Amino acid sequence: MIAIQTANLTKKYKGKTAVNSLNLSIEKGELFALLGVNGAGKTTTIKMLSCLVTPTSGDATLLGDSIVTNSYAVKEKINVSPQETAVARNLSVKENLVLIAKIYGCDKKAADMKMKEMLSTFDLMDVSKDKAKTLSGGMQRRLSIAMALISNPQILFLDEPTLGLDVIARRELWSAIEKLKGKITIILTTHYMEEAEALSDRIGIMAKGKLKAIGTATELMAKMNAKTLEDAFISLATEEEVER
Amino acid sequence: MKLLAFASRNRKEILRDPLNVVFGIGFPLVILLLLSAIQANIPVELFIIKNLIPGIAVFGLSFIALFSGMLIAKDRSTSFLMRLFTAPLTATDYILGYTLWLLPLALVQCTICFIAAFFLGLPVSVNVLLAIILLIPTAILFIGIGLLAGTIFNDKQVGSICGALLTNLSAWLSGTWFDLSLVGGWFKRVAYALPFAHAVDASRAAIVGDYASILPHLWWVIGYAVVIMVIAVIVFKKKMSSDKV
Repeated sequence: MIAIQTANLTKKYKGKTAVNSLNLSIEKGELFALLGVNGAGKTTTIKMLSCLVTPTSGDATLLGDSIVTNSYAVKEKINVSPQETAVARNLSVKENLVLIAKIYGCDKKAADMKMKEMLSTFDLMDVSKDKAKTLSGGMQRRLSIAMALISNPQILFLDEPTLGLDVIARRELWSAIEKLKGKITIILTTHYMEEAEALSDRIGIMAKGKLKAIGTATELMAKMNAKTLEDAFISLATEEEVER
Repeated sequence: MKLLAFASRNRKEILRDPLNVVFGIGFPLVILLLLSAIQANIPVELFIIKNLIPGIAVFGLSFIALFSGMLIAKDRSTSFLMRLFTAPLTATDYILGYTLWLLPLALVQCTICFIAAFFLGLPVSVNVLLAIILLIPTAILFIGIGLLAGTIFNDKQVGSICGALLTNLSAWLSGTWFDLSLVGGWFKRVAYALPFAHAVDASRAAIVGDYASILPHLWWVIGYAVVIMVIAVIVFKKKMSSDKV
């Protein structure tokens, strides 16, 4: 079953095309990674799919609902962990989780139950009473993802979830993301090739607003006759320059 | 439920910031004590407690704009608002969520100022209650200014605009620190074209029981409060649907 289907999804900012006629299909339960250099259009794509930005043209359906005509229904099925950790600074870890659960319609009892579940899943029990602003970068990222998951989204957007984390914190987060594989549809944007390779079922490579290639890491390497995903990525990203 | 959860979070964010408590309640009280001490040594008509306390209360309320503006601006700069904008909340939920707790907070702040004034010789009377109630439009005005500033500017700019410019503007042009008639001319005309002096005068009139003088001043404040709040709501809604949160 298809979770996300985009049809000529386009976003232009004052004449500059950030995303150009994106046609993409993502299966339910798939972990899909979007790779691209800065300004490739990854974050704009995520923002359109999560109803934060209105497309200039085209549309996308998320589990049957259009992001253009039925954004409220889409918002009930998705959640986002933005590039920045985006936590409530003066609230404790527990309070942050309960807040998001309640905003997505849970009553106090259900919110508390889900909060405990998230604390356990993301190993946040020891810091549950700490204010979010006192947490380390890695812990804040974990909290951010837990906040995105507490609403039981059917589709989860992770926008550069490991940005700025040290190797150990990154690996810990990978392990948390891997546990979600197959259970929900995840769209992950990242700059790190090894992250995309380790976590994703399929990878889409974007350059200058266009989807240049799509496939598994092995397929992409074979397509570009490259030894590594990074080589394949560079070939695809620079291909545009040659075209121009 | 959604709205209350969001409003409750905003209340906690504001009250858990020690700087907010220090500036919002502590600073006006310090000014009140300082000016009362001056009055005790060198009697000045303007600093008699019944004349002074309405100005201090309005000055204190100007910090509400700083609280709300900083909260919204920080929510924008940390992408917390972006996270919330992906949630199934309506524009009304956001606007009420940001403003709902500020009104009781403003009333508590005013009440603390007036209680302090009782200890400095303000007679306890029902007129004091009326003076506090009459400050509600002023509180709404400052909440609206905060909402507007937080929606447009970043947290540093809000700190400068609401924390420095607005608090000084509302203090200097309210007739609290000095009698506006002493300067007169264009300065007085500008002061009375703005709402702050009217807010102080309406509250002063209530305290002395000069009820007939209240409404002409109050209408100015209500007018400004309605216009600023409407503009703030329009701008916030526009920001919600814009590409740049």
